Amino acid sequence: MAEMWLNMGPQHPMTHGLWNLRVKIDGETIIQAEPIIGYLHRGWEKLAENRMYPQIIPMADRLCYGSSMSWSHLYCSTVENMLELEVPERAKYIRTIVLEAQRIGSHLMWLAALGTDLGSYTIFLYCVRERELFLDLMQNLCGARLTYNYTRIGGVRNDVPANFERDFTRVLKVFEKRLAIVEALCDESAIFRMRMEDVGKLTAEQAKNLGVTGPNLRGSGVEYDIRKDDPYEAYSDIDFDVCYETGCDAFARYRVRVDEMYESCKIIRQAIKKIPQGPYRVKPPRTAPKGKAGWAHVEDPRGEGFMYVIGNGDDHPYRLKVRSPVFVSVSAAPAYLVGYKIADVPAIMGSIDMCLGETDR
Amino acid sequence: MNGLFEFAYGLSLWLMQVVAWIFNFIGLHDVADWFTSSGVVYFLTNAVAALIVFIVGFLISITFIWEERKILGRLMDRRGTQVGVLGLFQNFADGLKAFVKEIIIPKDVDIWVYNAAPVILIGMSCMMIGLIPLSPDFALANLQTGLLLIFAVFSIAPFAILIGGWASNNKYTVMGGMRAAGQLIAYEVPLLLSVASVVVLTGTFNLGEIVAQQQNIWFFIPLILGFIVFLTSIIAELERIPFDLPEAEAELVEGWMTEYGGMRFGLIMLSEYVRGYAACSVAVILFLGGWNGPSFIWPEIWFILKVFILFAIFIWVRGALVRVTTKQILHIGWKVLMPLALVNLGIAIAIKMLGWL
Amino acid sequence: MAQRAGLAAGGKTGEIVAKELIDRFPEYVKITKVTHNRVFAMVDKVGLLNVAKFMKDALDFDHITAVSGVDWLEEKKMWAVYHITSYSNRVTAEMIVELPRDKPEVDSVTPLWGGANWHERETYDMFGIIFIGHPRLERILTPEGTDYFPYRKDFVGGRRV
Repeated sequence: MAEMWLNMGPQHPMTHGLWNLRVKIDGETIIQAEPIIGYLHRGWEKLAENRMYPQIIPMADRLCYGSSMSWSHLYCSTVENMLELEVPERAKYIRTIVLEAQRIGSHLMWLAALGTDLGSYTIFLYCVRERELFLDLMQNLCGARLTYNYTRIGGVRNDVPANFERDFTRVLKVFEKRLAIVEALCDESAIFRMRMEDVGKLTAEQAKNLGVTGPNLRGSGVEYDIRKDDPYEAYSDIDFDVCYETGCDAFARYRVRVDEMYESCKIIRQAIKKIPQGPYRVKPPRTAPKGKAGWAHVEDPRGEGFMYVIGNGDDHPYRLKVRSPVFVSVSAAPAYLVGYKIADVPAIMGSIDMCLGETDR
Repeated sequence: MNGLFEFAYGLSLWLMQVVAWIFNFIGLHDVADWFTSSGVVYFLTNAVAALIVFIVGFLISITFIWEERKILGRLMDRRGTQVGVLGLFQNFADGLKAFVKEIIIPKDVDIWVYNAAPVILIGMSCMMIGLIPLSPDFALANLQTGLLLIFAVFSIAPFAILIGGWASNNKYTVMGGMRAAGQLIAYEVPLLLSVASVVVLTGTFNLGEIVAQQQNIWFFIPLILGFIVFLTSIIAELERIPFDLPEAEAELVEGWMTEYGGMRFGLIMLSEYVRGYAACSVAVILFLGGWNGPSFIWPEIWFILKVFILFAIFIWVRGALVRVTTKQILHIGWKVLMPLALVNLGIAIAIKMLGWL
Repeated sequence: MAQRAGLAAGGKTGEIVAKELIDRFPEYVKITKVTHNRVFAMVDKVGLLNVAKFMKDALDFDHITAVSGVDWLEEKKMWAVYHITSYSNRVTAEMIVELPRDKPEVDSVTPLWGGANWHERETYDMFGIIFIGHPRLERILTPEGTDYFPYRKDFVGGRRV
């Protein structure tokens, strides 16, 4: 077959979200790829300029609805950096625990989507079943399952419920056993390995240059994790390992995320034991001086999330900039895809873990 | 005449006698005599026998669909269909739905070919139902070349898929049809090689005699390689996961069946399960001893039980595995299954020459 | 082999980075604030590409986190804000380039860091800042045919409060 441009999307069962991937194929091989985004652009940053600071927290939840806690936390950290506000210790530990629970939930959603891409609905249903455990925990904590609106500028919205420690311990014990089953379902399946190994290779140099961060970078062998190398919240007091693999292919990225789920369980267990007593919130000032800037970056489940805010003198921000990790991963899609076959596209794009909400903002 | 035909003969004779009595009552004695003549009764015997075999085979195929939905559901930690008693009415509900749907035909299709494809598929599938004996007593035909005919009919499917994909006037269905046909044709080689090994051992194509020779030992024990090759090839022939690339590719929405809707789609789906029934039955006859079993259950029930268990293994495989890509399908078909099938054929020849069986 | 991107032996802290920048480009760089892992600087538009090249080659700044735009309507200027991270030194530098509002043009850093590609396209799309030397400066988030720059302050969206 001659060369032709093929549109995969914007309405497509494989794409996670609404974006278009144009690939130029020569028979079955991809020779060029061009992602086209912007179908979900909501003008988030401009909307934020017309809202008061606390009103933006639920908006930040909806940036990436698959891991909403990490985005509202990132926004609160940014504003606290601008206001030079010190969050109480108890709030830091609570935030760490819910962030790690959110990371597990987000990675489970990713694995479920990967299962459907590859054709196995069993993986999807098992992962979604495990995710329900964590959604129930979050519902006990703050009343919501998907968009939490839980962190506040200066702390968290409410203190933990009565059986917090008992519930988390029970869930983690059950979860680790079940995660081992799902992991075996994928790892020990020769077909899964055949589909994921040696596809979507991205060397460390390419990854660093293209701005790819998070599990995608660590799957290429670069051992950089913002939780360890630039700690925030309570991560400096907790002992955990940075998960990385040297494979550089889709299977390595899959392994990094599964290992991260186990590490998150470790972090939650330690943090639960170490929560200090004290206030869970301080009252922030209502306005920020004009021209005062602040920024923060965190280890989002998908990579490096970053926000930059400039105050306006009243209770609205002057400028609020969001850097989304998936924005950069999608822009690096041609580097992942060129040279592989069309049938490998779901496996490769599935291993990148995309969420369109934060890409288009 | 075996049990089926005796039953059919009795039934049609009784039926014709009732009709003749009515005509005698009216007063048309010649017509009444014609009805009870041997020619008419003979014709009706064959028709009734065929109808019974068809209904039984059809109901078993539909029960396959139920079995798949229930077992797949339980594998995924959910219940399957719940409509009706144990979910058995779901199939009839689906059939009714497919029947009453609006018929949408895309513009510029080649209407004769477009309609011919599902007709060929379902027609060939029903022909296979007629060729499968459930026991010596419940067989519609006892051909000396029964096995050959079954596989000849089985292999018409790639042709129907190809013309169906082409006739839909859609560049993606053409690609899907070609891929599907390529996969089916590629996997027929190891399939027929493993069947050839059984034929070498038994020396006959007759299904009844193949089963009769498995009184002492079922053939899957000496020909274990052939059994595995046969099962894998059948999964590829039926386009089930893990080999369902033509049906559910990431960029081809439903593959070659995209433009078929309503009852046509229902017929295509049905023909896939009927082919599954035919394939599992052939596997049971060739390798699992057919209807041999302890005599406290009828041989037909024993046969159907084995077929269901074999299909449950297919469903289990579907629940656990992910899809393979084109490159890997061809690799598995040509580089893994074919050598295994050849080795198996060698084993069969060796066993036959050494006179062990 | 895995590369430990953390603080290598002899890694440079923020203070050392700031000092090296000032020594090399005294006329282009003005440091506003330094901590052990943060550097805040204002960079002259003319020297941006040289400063960026120096940071990448000599100071191991290998990852560009973000390129943003800020529109100061009353002061009649625009900012292009660069946040650049060094994996091995664990330092993040914020460089602000001031541009005149009626002619906002600056050199593109995409030839140095491929990660800046889409960030610069978005900044162009939203603010109208032209990045000279960008391989493909087109609109990315707004639909084709948009002829305004949405995030500029004179483009008024809905104000709720």
